Amino acid sequence: MKYSYYPGCTLKNKAQDLDKYARSSALALGFELVEIPEWQCCGGVYPLGSDEIATKLSSVRALNYAKEQGQDLITLCSACHHVLKRVNDDMKNVEDIRTRANNYCGFEEAYAGETKVLHFLEVLRDVIGFDELAKKVVNPLEGKKIGAYYGCLTLRPGKILDFDDPENPKIMEDFIRALGAEPVIYSMRNECCGGYTSLKDPEFTKQRTEQIFDDSTGFGADCLITACPLCMFNLNKSDAKTKVPVYYFTELLAEALGVKEGA
Amino acid sequence: MSMTELEKKIELIKEISGSDPYKCMRCGKCTASCPAYSEMDIKPHQFASYIIRGDLDELVESKAAWKCLGCFACIERCPRDVQPGKLVDATRQIVARQRGGDYLQPEEVPELLTEDLPQQLLVSAFRRYRR
Repeated sequence: MKYSYYPGCTLKNKAQDLDKYARSSALALGFELVEIPEWQCCGGVYPLGSDEIATKLSSVRALNYAKEQGQDLITLCSACHHVLKRVNDDMKNVEDIRTRANNYCGFEEAYAGETKVLHFLEVLRDVIGFDELAKKVVNPLEGKKIGAYYGCLTLRPGKILDFDDPENPKIMEDFIRALGAEPVIYSMRNECCGGYTSLKDPEFTKQRTEQIFDDSTGFGADCLITACPLCMFNLNKSDAKTKVPVYYFTELLAEALGVKEGA
Repeated sequence: MSMTELEKKIELIKEISGSDPYKCMRCGKCTASCPAYSEMDIKPHQFASYIIRGDLDELVESKAAWKCLGCFACIERCPRDVQPGKLVDATRQIVARQRGGDYLQPEEVPELLTEDLPQQLLVSAFRRYRR
């Protein structure tokens, strides 16, 4: 099974681990990530303004490319996932944006949101299945107590992202169980780490990440997992006394599947 | 009857945000959910009232819109579908679209960079702090 794959800017640079362990894990699970040629950066933030068109075009081009291949489109980065899914929803449901974006792009056939956008975790849950994933685990992560840090961008707005229940998600906990580890539920798992404000206001994000570490370790987590390079950065910058290691979810997946070395 | 400048601005905020501030019942759930409320001089639940009252100068001069994290907690949790984050973002847009209204200048970036800073942070900051 082949998917069109949209890596995004950060997975080609500072978050190469998120990318490479996903590729090796996918092959071990029987599917392939075929990178979209000439993909362009999604911009990292979905433009909320109803009159924003140009800022959505990079996503539209990637979505249309996947449509032309007849493939679903996979993302890994939380921000890319958020932006592409929402722009796709606009192209499907907002006539004004659809018309103007198509006028600009000039595709042979107008794009109207036909492509299915999936986060890598959704492929594991909905296509492979966590039961099947568990059967392919060769190095179960027994004894590890892992806190899933969802952050905001994978979950909200729940109606459009349709990723999981935005207030009580379980996809990452089910993923952790499939790898043979124990998930730790804590209240800050779907609260924001401070996001982009760490550029100009790092003290504020340090307050946020301290709360996240205090909360997750208070419930017994010995490490956290994330799908977001910006969450990873902000968490790593934390001065919290309760700080524990943070991993991309794909790194633990590759480890459990026995494909981490040489990835 | 021609619209006053103020009425035009209120219409513009409604148009950009796609949100109706008159639906707000001031329950405060947005501010209670907001991770950045302590940083804001005008709180998320007050945005609708400011717009309805026409106190746009105060909104535009406030730094509150620049403190929004874009986490969508208020948008998810608003029981009236006002989605306050959209009003906050429309305010930010109105400021950023004016000449000199940007909150981040490219010249500031080099000294903010660290070795492990992800590209996602830079592109996101440019989109949130500039038009």
